[in-house]
Amino acid sequence: MITSEAHRASRRRTVRLFELAGLLATCVGLVVLAVLVVDVFGDGLPRLSWQFLTSYPSRKPEDAGILAALVGSLWLLVLTALVAFPIGVGAAIYLEEYSTQGRLQRVIEINIANLAGVPSIIYGLLGLELFVRIMRPITGGRSVLAGALTMALLVMPIVIIAAREALRAVADSQRQAAYALGATRWQVTSRVVVPAALPGILTGTILALSRAVGETAPLITMGALTYVAFLPDLSLAGLQSPFTVLPIQIFNWVSRPQPGFHVNAAAGIVVLLVVLLLMNATAIILRNRYQRRT
Amino acid sequence: MWSVPEAALTTQADTPAKVEVRDLSVHYGETKAVDGVNIDIPRNQVTALIGPSGCGKSTFLRCLNRMNDHIAGAQIRGRVVMDGEDVYGPDVDAVDLRRRVGMVFQKSNPFPKTIFENVAFGPRVHGLRDAVALREIVERSLRQSALWDEVSSSLEKSALELSGGQQQRLCIARALAVEPEVLLMDEPASALDPISTAKIEELIHELKNSYTIVIVTHNMQQAARVSDITAYFYLGKLIEYGPTARIFTSPTRQETEDYITGRFG
Amino acid sequence: MEAPVTEPRPDPAYSATMTAHPPLTLRPPRRAVAAGAAVARARRERLIHIALAFCGIVSILTTAGIVLVLLFETIEFFREVPLWRFLTDLEWTPLFADKKFGVIVLASATFLTSVIALVVAIPVGLMSAIYLSEVAPRRVRGVVKPLLEVLAGVPTVVYGYFALLFVTPLLQRVYPDISGFNALSAGLVMGVMIIPLVVSLSEDALFAVPQNLRDGAYALGATRLQVATRVVVPAALSGVVASFILAVSRAVGETMIVAIAAGQSPNLTLNPFVPVETMTAYIVQVSLGDTPTGTLEFKTIFVVGMTLFLLTLGLNTLSHRLVRRFRERYE
Repeated sequence: MITSEAHRASRRRTVRLFELAGLLATCVGLVVLAVLVVDVFGDGLPRLSWQFLTSYPSRKPEDAGILAALVGSLWLLVLTALVAFPIGVGAAIYLEEYSTQGRLQRVIEINIANLAGVPSIIYGLLGLELFVRIMRPITGGRSVLAGALTMALLVMPIVIIAAREALRAVADSQRQAAYALGATRWQVTSRVVVPAALPGILTGTILALSRAVGETAPLITMGALTYVAFLPDLSLAGLQSPFTVLPIQIFNWVSRPQPGFHVNAAAGIVVLLVVLLLMNATAIILRNRYQRRT
Repeated sequence: MWSVPEAALTTQADTPAKVEVRDLSVHYGETKAVDGVNIDIPRNQVTALIGPSGCGKSTFLRCLNRMNDHIAGAQIRGRVVMDGEDVYGPDVDAVDLRRRVGMVFQKSNPFPKTIFENVAFGPRVHGLRDAVALREIVERSLRQSALWDEVSSSLEKSALELSGGQQQRLCIARALAVEPEVLLMDEPASALDPISTAKIEELIHELKNSYTIVIVTHNMQQAARVSDITAYFYLGKLIEYGPTARIFTSPTRQETEDYITGRFG
Repeated sequence: MEAPVTEPRPDPAYSATMTAHPPLTLRPPRRAVAAGAAVARARRERLIHIALAFCGIVSILTTAGIVLVLLFETIEFFREVPLWRFLTDLEWTPLFADKKFGVIVLASATFLTSVIALVVAIPVGLMSAIYLSEVAPRRVRGVVKPLLEVLAGVPTVVYGYFALLFVTPLLQRVYPDISGFNALSAGLVMGVMIIPLVVSLSEDALFAVPQNLRDGAYALGATRLQVATRVVVPAALSGVVASFILAVSRAVGETMIVAIAAGQSPNLTLNPFVPVETMTAYIVQVSLGDTPTGTLEFKTIFVVGMTLFLLTLGLNTLSHRLVRRFRERYE
């Protein structure tokens, strides 16, 4: 006999302990998440009111609201999408359908992989120098347009990676069928491949944008304001107006000593999480509907 | 041996070939997929390419509409002359060539669009926009592929809801919609049940009146039933070709006889 | 054996169709017109190709932009402040009258908070990855993984709030001498934030280990624990280490949690109970202030940014090399 009964029993105990430890480890993050949610919602939910959603910030915590931040976030989201989606999907199409595995493709892919790992605050520095200072005549300085361009660069690697996966998932026999009918490469891409990949592309884009909605550091660095008591014009001139976003407003309130502002921060967090929840839910519904169709 | 329909016993040896292939070779890197093939494809006839799997039949077929252009690393040598012009010549536009030479694949690959949109895809891509003309072409193509009666009331349904045999006939209709002169079929019925297979073989009989057809098939009985000319490929080389009746009753080469009698392959 | 033969049966509807609908407008007209259309088409395709390639090149331009911006301001900075001062000063006071530029002050804070975070994230993350990959039933894995995704998707400003207003008071109840801003609180919460990253990447690496390696060990009578620790993890080692390195990179680059909860007073210390300012928090502090552009103080954020960039770039590259070596072995 290689092992004794006692040895076997101790082995069993060790394995049981190991499995328990693994289970506990897995729960750590989830427990913390639960505590966080309860804490934030507990403090923030009571503060949520119509007044809170429609007021501007103020020196008195009871009068303050997140209107400017909420509108700023939505404005920024739309502009970021308008820039990041076409360029990101275009790059993905180039890499998947047009490029020939040459040096250019390698260089682009290395760049995308690196950019995905660069800390977001560095994008803020880039945006500050390039979009706020150098391109001031076009963007108007510390404006929502400059912010959108900065965020677009930040999320673009995510859009490209998601779009590439969606394009790759389209069966090659579809392309073959289209080529055999005499379609050009662009016709095959635009009429067969992209429509088939579109749900996947949209899902990936929405997830990338939800990352943009939660970002704070790059926007602070490129000069978004922390106290905005107006709404940017929903016009072309409004593109050049200063702005703020939800995470920055939350940060501003958290940084104040008065507890009243801390409650405001919690309420702001609730609003931010609801926005993110809606975005992620949309992405998931889109993905499920697509999977059901094929 | 097999009994062969009367019609296939006579060949129109006098009409010039639709496609003349001279010394065609295809290399993928080191491997030679097609090796020095010389063959004349007669017009308005069905030419069947038979042989064991992996012997270059499909690669050869894809040379006729330049689909091998899309495979990286494929080197093609030789000439493929259709109606007097080398399709690999410098002035030839591959897009236009593929309108004239259509292709149906082994596994049906309809687009995830409506039945109508599938058939209309080809004409649309070549610039036809008129709605009335498109509807006429769609109906005509679906009639030609014997699918019209089954789908005429549900053209807006997704093509993916059709059965396997219907999908393949849809792909044939799609290929016919651009009014090709030659139709290439790569084992079109190999993934289908016997009833659908029979329908497609019927179709081929009728289509050859208007089109030149080249079909790759594993199924020797099918080749015997359907084709006028049979060509036997082995390891990338064309061993022998000629009228189907002669190939199946008295082949000239020993390799051909071995394959046909089932000694291997 | 006779092969079944089907006779061709003419279909009356078919022939009627063929005569009733003569070929439509699709047949190509004359040679010259077709050739002209082909040239225009080729030109359009070429333009589209170039436009798409340009979209791809945007990523190269972004990297170039980051490098140039940081490089330019950094060079300007080192024209006024010598490199040796940057590396050896023991205080960081660029905004005061007596300017000291010891980056080690900020780097030590980044180091401190990152180490605390990793002490939490790596053991917990690895244990969890092993559990999910080797022990847990499929169902559990299917539920837990999405939940971890949610954890990873919470904005860092929310974590910062949690660290400052929940974790710090909690710690203060245990140890009242902890100051309101401290590295411990920020580090712990940052660690929890990084757990999903470690779990996800390590688990991928563990999952990629071929099943027959495990089977061989089980067949010898090894327990699940032994198979996991002596066979699977060593086989997946480079992939797992790569995930650790990426976790480090993430911790180093994190901004909001430390800016909110660790404080904004530069302090050269390894004491986790007092306020410190990390490299990232410093950049935020200056950006929030009124420092005019073009001044030396303004340039400091770019120098610190360059340091941060080089650090994370090095870590990420190392991690990618390890992943590549790992993939080569198993794919």
